[in-house]
Amino acid sequence: MAALNLLQAVNDALRTEMRRDPRVVVLGEDVGRFGGVFRATAGLQAEFGEERVVDTPLAEGGIVGAALGMALQGLRPVPEIQFADFAFPAFDQILSEVAKYRYRSGGQFACPLVIRMPYGGGIHGGHYHSQSPEAHFIHTAGLKVVVPATPRDAKGLLLAAIRDPDPVVFLEPKRVYRAARGEVPEGDEALPLGQAVVTRPGTQVTVVAWGAMWHEADRAAREAAAEGIDCEVIDLRSLQPLDLDTLVASVDRTGRLVVVHEAPRTCGFGAELVALTQERCFLRLEAPAVRVTGFDTPFPYTLENEYLPRAPRILDAIRRTVRF
Amino acid sequence: MRAEREAARVERVGAPASRESAPGTGAGDPFPLERVVDEDGLVADESRVLLAGEELLRLHRAMVLDRALDERMITLQRQGRIGFYVGAIGEEAAVLGAAAAMAPTDWIFPCYREHGAALLRGMPLAAFLCDLLGNAAAPGKGRQMPCHEAWRPARYASVSSPIGTQISHAVGAAWAARIQGEEMVPLVYFGDGATSSGEFHVGLNFAAVRHLPVIFACRNNGWAISLPTDRQTAAATVAQKAVAYGMLGVRVDGNDVVAVHAATRRARARAAAGGGPTLLDLVTYRMEGHSTSDDPRAYRAAAVVEPWRRRDPIERLRRLLLRRGLLDDAGVERVRAEVAAEIQVALAEAEARPPRPPLESLFEDVYAEPLRQQREQLAELAGAVAADPRVADPRHADA
Repeated sequence: MAALNLLQAVNDALRTEMRRDPRVVVLGEDVGRFGGVFRATAGLQAEFGEERVVDTPLAEGGIVGAALGMALQGLRPVPEIQFADFAFPAFDQILSEVAKYRYRSGGQFACPLVIRMPYGGGIHGGHYHSQSPEAHFIHTAGLKVVVPATPRDAKGLLLAAIRDPDPVVFLEPKRVYRAARGEVPEGDEALPLGQAVVTRPGTQVTVVAWGAMWHEADRAAREAAAEGIDCEVIDLRSLQPLDLDTLVASVDRTGRLVVVHEAPRTCGFGAELVALTQERCFLRLEAPAVRVTGFDTPFPYTLENEYLPRAPRILDAIRRTVRF
Repeated sequence: MRAEREAARVERVGAPASRESAPGTGAGDPFPLERVVDEDGLVADESRVLLAGEELLRLHRAMVLDRALDERMITLQRQGRIGFYVGAIGEEAAVLGAAAAMAPTDWIFPCYREHGAALLRGMPLAAFLCDLLGNAAAPGKGRQMPCHEAWRPARYASVSSPIGTQISHAVGAAWAARIQGEEMVPLVYFGDGATSSGEFHVGLNFAAVRHLPVIFACRNNGWAISLPTDRQTAAATVAQKAVAYGMLGVRVDGNDVVAVHAATRRARARAAAGGGPTLLDLVTYRMEGHSTSDDPRAYRAAAVVEPWRRRDPIERLRRLLLRRGLLDDAGVERVRAEVAAEIQVALAEAEARPPRPPLESLFEDVYAEPLRQQREQLAELAGAVAADPRVADPRHADA
């Protein structure tokens, strides 16, 4: 075990898997000689060379498209999109090509690859360095979507994503890249995709979050406990596939649900989670499910703390739900 | 006005002007049109015919098959037996000449008019026809429109509809092969319309920067649905676009299969030897509509097509074969009859298969293994069909 931050855990996972599997390659803008603008790929080019850690020209569509071609030829590419906000130029490749390649070829071809991208607000990044585009990817059949919240999960889930037979969008919560620290196993053991974790067992209300907002949900739950409210907190970790059993079992017990995400509310993944739970837990619900989310605006610069669903807003939602 | 513009285009890229710019006489033209066989089937420089008689005959047969298949399938579409078709009539030399010059293990990344190349690579005709029908035996399991085939045994990648997306796939495949130490040179096809796409720029730039062995084959057929090439680009040729990327650009008479083959083979040898990528500007002409959903009479005068009839790539090759005594008139007829019979047999075989893939196939291959929601939704759909068979009755689908 070593104490690492989330960024170091990502780096550790990439290094571990590149040592284990010669098919793994990393490509993207500034990922090679510089080691990435966040340093997620630091030191990889020195160890694995320029052929396996590729500094690409500045074009996200080309990064993902080339990664698809590499996968067809038998590699396990891990392209990096420098910020999730810049995935949009690559949307044609991600949605039209990567997501559909297996299906549209009748299963003749597959393109296992992992598109890593730092996402989310709270770093004074304005519109274009702060967004949380997970819903776009979850809405696209053929993609898996994984969001770790802790260093341990970042390593274990990234290892699993690289070994997965399907394309994975791996969203890294850059707000806690350095703030989230914890013990990370040194081996190459992967954590299974599609398993949520109950990080705080409780009885009165289920609070669901992922990525950076799990930390806020956890803080809100601790503050609620001080007020005598017993929250169960779930870190989904994998949004597609979704661990619906864990969610439903929890809401069946608590009868109350608060969903937290920093993406805009309308058509956010929270809407899907609320729909899924009301379909399955209707007779157990004691209160309407509540979404605590970013707002239906572009991501702001100066007022980003107001925009983000941080602990105080979550706590307020918990209180309202419990008192309903 | 339109006719004038189109006439100007014919002047600019057409054979009469290009003939003057053949190698050796094209002083001042940095991208002379490479041609080996002229429209009468005459060869000025025998040393440039790299194909043996047997190979010429094989290509001739493949081109005749491609043409006959397209004609037959357009008829089938009009009869309502297939839903859609996009053919390569007039472009057979560009498609097949390039494909034939590649090694069998080189990936082909097609646009959507290259099914002739898939067949040349060994995709069974009946399998292709099953894909057109979208039936239970279709390799693509009936998930895509016709002419969106894939054929893994031949490294023939999967066709999609967005324009130019396949270009960077070829770049990535070339990179991967380099890492693996495999001599593999991908051939990627696209049309002149794709040269306006970001994908074209991104792919060519990436390949050139990293000196990757890729052959970029532009089937420059003069049209992107209704838009002529001079409204697609202000550049006089597609080939010259290569200059800005720092790669070789070669302009070839795309209706001369011998020239297309020679230029592609040269580009492949160069790429395999570490010489980097090549952009091939295969100047040809789309003789028919964009697809069966298109009516070119709405935007193109019939007169502008006429000059290209004389430049028909199959007729040109036929004249060469006749002149060389490789084939006589009876032989030409025999090939036509064989090809027609081959199509007839394959069509009968394809149409005999169950017309619709099973319900569960709708949910397969989204992921390697279906997720919970695919399993649940299959059960939901099966339940809906059981409750009301109209759900799965194609006769009940019309709006």
